[in-house]
Amino acid sequence: MNRISIDPITRLEGHGKIDIFLNDDGDVANAYLQVPELRGFERFCIGRQAEDMPNITDRICGVCPEAHHMASTKALDALFHVDPPPTAKKLRELFYSIFYATDHTTHFYALAGPDFVMGPDAPVAERNILGVIKKVGMDIAGKVLKMRHDGHHLIKMIGGRPVHPNWGLPGGVSRGITEEQREEIERLGRDAVEFAKFSIQLFNDIVLGNPAYVDLIKNDAFVHNTYNMGTVDADNHVNFYDGMIRVVGPDGKEHAKYHAKDYREYVAEHVEPWSYLKFPYLKKIGWKGFTDGIGSGIYKATPLSRLNAADGMATPLAQAEYERMYEVLGGKPVNHTLATHWARLIELLYATEHWIELATDPEITGENFRVLPTQTPNEGVGCVEAPRGTLTHHYWTDERGILTRVNLIVGTTNNNAAINMSVKKAAQGLITKNKVVTEGLLNTIEMGFRAYDPCMACATHALPGQMPLEVTIRAPDGTVVERLSKNLS
Amino acid sequence: MSDGGAPTPEKGKLALYWAASCGGCEIAVLGIDDKVLKVAEAFDIVLWPCVMDGKVRDIEKMPDKSIDLCLFNGAIRTSEQEYMAQLLRRKSKVLVAFGSCAAEGCIPALANMNTREEIFQTAYHDTPSTDNPDGVRPQIETEVPEGTLHLPLFYDTVKTLGQSVEVDYYLPGCPPEPDRIWDALVAILTGQLPAPGSVIGATTTVCDTCPRTRNEKKIKEFKRTWEIIPDPDTCLLEQGVVCCGIATRAGCGALCPTVGSPCIGCYGPNEGVVDFGARMMTALASVIDSQDPDEIDRIIQEGIPDPIGSFYRFGLANSLLRRKALAHNGDGRVAEPA
Repeated sequence: MNRISIDPITRLEGHGKIDIFLNDDGDVANAYLQVPELRGFERFCIGRQAEDMPNITDRICGVCPEAHHMASTKALDALFHVDPPPTAKKLRELFYSIFYATDHTTHFYALAGPDFVMGPDAPVAERNILGVIKKVGMDIAGKVLKMRHDGHHLIKMIGGRPVHPNWGLPGGVSRGITEEQREEIERLGRDAVEFAKFSIQLFNDIVLGNPAYVDLIKNDAFVHNTYNMGTVDADNHVNFYDGMIRVVGPDGKEHAKYHAKDYREYVAEHVEPWSYLKFPYLKKIGWKGFTDGIGSGIYKATPLSRLNAADGMATPLAQAEYERMYEVLGGKPVNHTLATHWARLIELLYATEHWIELATDPEITGENFRVLPTQTPNEGVGCVEAPRGTLTHHYWTDERGILTRVNLIVGTTNNNAAINMSVKKAAQGLITKNKVVTEGLLNTIEMGFRAYDPCMACATHALPGQMPLEVTIRAPDGTVVERLSKNLS
Repeated sequence: MSDGGAPTPEKGKLALYWAASCGGCEIAVLGIDDKVLKVAEAFDIVLWPCVMDGKVRDIEKMPDKSIDLCLFNGAIRTSEQEYMAQLLRRKSKVLVAFGSCAAEGCIPALANMNTREEIFQTAYHDTPSTDNPDGVRPQIETEVPEGTLHLPLFYDTVKTLGQSVEVDYYLPGCPPEPDRIWDALVAILTGQLPAPGSVIGATTTVCDTCPRTRNEKKIKEFKRTWEIIPDPDTCLLEQGVVCCGIATRAGCGALCPTVGSPCIGCYGPNEGVVDFGARMMTALASVIDSQDPDEIDRIIQEGIPDPIGSFYRFGLANSLLRRKALAHNGDGRVAEPA
């Protein structure tokens, strides 16, 4: 059995390791995505003060700390049995929309952009954000940098810090916003809407306008017919901050719709000995191994999944793009992994439109942004849609609010099984008998992985491997037949 | 960045690396905005796995001391991370422990309150959504039908970068503020550096930069943050909120107190503070308005039920405590996973 290792995978938040095994005919026998670390938050948070959790669990991930901060804060609402006033909820959602717009921008331009703008076969030295800037020009690069700058500036203004905010409390937030701040948030939000529209246009021109990329998106090697999960509002529209969790099947039919507090009835986590990261699946269907289809409990929770799990978008421009995407890709659900990038941009547009809605809401500058809890804490679940999937925090405490038990199911973890299958299928589709395995080909396999925007920092945080991107082909007896590192830059 | 062409000889070489960390330091580096382009003008970036398609192998081939500057974030928990720390130490002229994890252990080092066994038991057995009837645990070596898969060994103890290799400078913060990152880069580029082994940063405290007004502190009880809506203009500690600004190095601009939240100490101990938690407890004891030992004890017990989480949240690995005592061998690791 020959083996190909991709280690580390680059341009994702945290590291993972892919091992691809070839059989004696040179076809792919199997592929494994391994996540090589666990950090143990569920254990070392026991004994901590519950109210510190938004400022501890945000360090699970520095790329999406706002998601952990918000899920944790919502878990505290439930734990302390306190309902935040409308201004607090709207401020949180405004903050969260700004975060989403910023985060999706980072992924599309810095992490996925190099594949689409430079192409999967571009030289390694150019396949990065600086290469993208050079190719698209400083004018477009300036727009991207401004979007990121504005986003982090506002996150800091509202939440205290640009990374790891310190703002959420049970029953509300620690500070509201002034009218002057609101005006700036609205003004930068209008720029953000234009930026989102521009990004969709860029995707149209560069990706959809290029038949080779469209073929890649539609390539069967990047299709997985799994269940899709996402949070929806009362109209079954996509919502990032709050709502019911909805799961639809590969046939597009609703499998479940439930309140986050009931997640244990619907989701369970499987353990494999070869990865530190667990594999969530739909409990009512069961763990059937790494296989897709309606009979397997494997699901995805990604931007594309959220669109598949919803009936539409809550804002007009995003809704129009939503309809166009399904029209182009042949109706719902769409399970083409690479279409996740398109869905991410539709979500970017929704996030910016919703940002304006909230920034112009008369209640947003209200002074009643917090109520103090009066009941004894005991147990609470908080859930948001993290950019990389449905994020669940579940806490138990004693009567002093000291944690006695913690359970976390984070964004990327939801997709662990699906990512494994995607890597295997992409490898099977792209590596066949006698095919020369080039670095560009391996990068194309990584694209199937990167579309999930997997955040291994989030999932457990992963480790660097000892070797760089390197291909070692071994004979069945283990001797090295060929090292392909010479093909690498 | 080589720009895809021949390397420019006059440029310095820069490496950015992450070990046990959250990725927030990478985002903070990107937070210097268009100055990233200035960094790219000044340096060939030879390694930055988060952002660039990377080549550790090429680093291994480089002569020793050929990287001018390495910004290393993240704590050390495994042999792989230690290998990278040693490799980058050897190859770099200047090695900076970048951010709280590399400098003092940060949140990942709260795991030093537990053993690996406890962490595994919770993650793979006790968590309520885990479905693991066969008691499967991740293994260093797993035989699958196609071959053998390997995982790195998970250690009991998280170390700082400075506990693994010699560090030239420390840049504190969880994460460091982008302006401070830029200040440090300018200092490095212009050679305006303090003595080796120093922290690049302020020598004042967060309190010194806090806009809240301070009066005499006399506290009869500490308030947990969920128990009080504090006055927006007065010192939080005076209002009974446990705020760590008094022991924490300045550099952030007192961001958290500005939005109504107490300082949680993410910039680490100020100059001269040997043990952050000890300093905090001394400071808090001095503001309690009582001479009665029993009353003082009650005020502390009720108001600060978790001193580890309150005072060692960011610096447990680098503190005098370092970790909860291990029952077995004291070298920071255990043999094989069960």
